[in-house]
Amino acid sequence: MVESRWWITALTHAVLLLGVLVVLLPIYLAFVASTHPVQNVIQVPMPMLPGGHFWENYSQVLGRGVPTVGNVPIAVMLFNSLVMALGIAAGKIAISILSAFAIVYFRFPLRMAFFWLIFITLMLPVEVRIVPTFQVAADLNLLNSYTGLILPLIASATATFLFRQFFLTVPDELAEAARMDGAGPMRFFFDILLPLSRTNIAALFVILFIYGWNQYLWPLLITTDRDMTTVVISVQALVSVMEEEPQWHLLMAVAMLAMLPPVAVVLLMQRWFVKGLVEPEK
Amino acid sequence: MAEVSFQAVGKTYPGSRTEVIKGISARVADGELMVLLGPSGCGKSTLLRMVAGLERISRGTMAINGRIVNDLEPKDRNIAMVFQNYALYPHMSVFDNMAYGLRIARIPRAEIRARVAEAAQILELTPFLKRKPGQLSGGQRQRVAMGRAIVRNPQVFLFDEPLSNLDAKLRTQMRVEIKKLQTRLGVTSLYVTHDQAEAMTLADRIMVINDGVAEQVAPPLEVYRRPASAFVAGFIGTPAMNFLAGRLCGDGRAVELAGGVRLGLPAPVAGGPMAGGTEGAITVGIRPESLRLDNGHGDLAVAVDLTEMLGADSVVHGRLADNGSTLVARLSGIVPARPGDRLRFTIAADALHLFDTTSGRRLDA
Ligand SMILES: Nc1ncnc2c1ncn2[C@@H]1O[C@H](COP(=O)(O)OP(=O)(O)OP(=O)(O)O)[C@@H](O)[C@H]1O
Ligand SMILES: [Mg+2]
Repeated sequence: MVESRWWITALTHAVLLLGVLVVLLPIYLAFVASTHPVQNVIQVPMPMLPGGHFWENYSQVLGRGVPTVGNVPIAVMLFNSLVMALGIAAGKIAISILSAFAIVYFRFPLRMAFFWLIFITLMLPVEVRIVPTFQVAADLNLLNSYTGLILPLIASATATFLFRQFFLTVPDELAEAARMDGAGPMRFFFDILLPLSRTNIAALFVILFIYGWNQYLWPLLITTDRDMTTVVISVQALVSVMEEEPQWHLLMAVAMLAMLPPVAVVLLMQRWFVKGLVEPEK
Repeated sequence: MAEVSFQAVGKTYPGSRTEVIKGISARVADGELMVLLGPSGCGKSTLLRMVAGLERISRGTMAINGRIVNDLEPKDRNIAMVFQNYALYPHMSVFDNMAYGLRIARIPRAEIRARVAEAAQILELTPFLKRKPGQLSGGQRQRVAMGRAIVRNPQVFLFDEPLSNLDAKLRTQMRVEIKKLQTRLGVTSLYVTHDQAEAMTLADRIMVINDGVAEQVAPPLEVYRRPASAFVAGFIGTPAMNFLAGRLCGDGRAVELAGGVRLGLPAPVAGGPMAGGTEGAITVGIRPESLRLDNGHGDLAVAVDLTEMLGADSVVHGRLADNGSTLVARLSGIVPARPGDRLRFTIAADALHLFDTTSGRRLDA
């Protein structure tokens, strides 16, 4: 036990507060900037309190879009990002949990060979295989489609590995008891394995959702249609406008909006996996 | 309801060359509780899992109620199994744990509820039906595992060391419960244990397994009184039986222990170690509890090494004066023998067990 002197308590709180401040200050500034007209934002020093343009700025980016990025409403891009992130997270989880299930619970020829094949793909993230992947996506007419955004990113060795490790800790007797109870393999999977994995799934979902949401390079390549771009791309596009000054107030509003869904997912899922951590079920 | 029969059943695990079950033949009668008893690694669980259908049968045939089940899936054998670690579904309530198999069998809801309620009542689990296994004590979990087995009305119960995770007191209590329940339901049962006390109290018959071979299949008292082999004799009974080297002599009417002590036999032994002959080297088994203290005329003179006083009886460890082999005697009451003391024991002629030294088989009159 650490001693509980008053000054130790005070010190730990001070350190924690400092940490929170360091993390929150930029976000706060971004928020402040997003509530002012552009003149206020570019003056020095920048205002430290929120201004009165909250509705104007946010409704403009959400509803009408920003002229420099083609006037596509950010709401559309948020939706695109959401579809992509959900698709990637759900797809990765579905595929990897099924492949882990196959590898752990079934004996089939070349089982370990398949496992190592999956494992090797760890060495080939999208960035490395981007040219051939793009070629394939283009040949399959997947440019500017949700399928094209999601599918190439879906295979996941890491998640497969994680589920495999988890399944190996589930006692064999559980599978045998289910077999005695008359459950077939898929029934065992859905009735027993899946519920037991739910905390793992929740944790992975958070990680993968954020991974999907933050994808930049692939969406940039595969979407040429403005209506199909994602919000992360538009943030970048807003910064790197050619001739004029970036519209900082709108840019910050977009950045704030782009941050919201990942935060919401973390907050929402946190309750799940903290619960899973507190009352382990095995 | 059901009879289980094994015909020269054998098992070799895939990828290993040694046979783990080496041709066991036996029949478990309808309603009988047979205990599979043996040391660790002898193949008890393997045999049980072959009955369950969880392991393939490599050779021989296994039949339940006359129907050969070698290639039948576990679910089609109408069998229920209680696992050593209970294998309860951790995310399901006690009720759901018991009801799961019934739901899969598409039994109507009302009947599921009735059956689970009945099982819960028998096992005194009614107050816990809504709890998860994690919120139960070890004994309660054990009962849920039993409940999951009985709601299915199976033809055969299989138990793989169901009590080994409980403390000694609860174990004694639960084994009585299991016996009562099994008698009441009259379901043919196979019960694996390596605890001989459990085997003796529970079993209608015991199958003693050694290294994949059924050494003896007999009621508990017969296994104790007439062990079929030196292995069985040494495995059953505490303290373990004494084995002394000896020689059959006098036309099979007496044995002579190494060192010269000669003990008469009640009836001449036929079929001695040498084919057709009646004389030769044998192993003499003496149960510690069949030795009597007789300092006047005792045949066996023993130098005491150590005495354990257990209250109701005393266990004397010593060495035979004539040939130095160790001998353990269990005597009732308190025997104040000290290390170095000399005691003399007698043994009733009909309490001697004789075994062929090479094959280990029992020799009988
Ligand atoms: N899956 C397997 N593959 C290969 N050999 C196995 C396998 N399972 C068990 N064995 C071997 O088979 C033999 C019998 O094992 P089994 O589990 O039936 O023993 P047991 O009598 O139940 O022992 P215990 O009392 O320790 O549970 C052992 O020698 C073991 O090493
Ligand atoms: Mg075992």
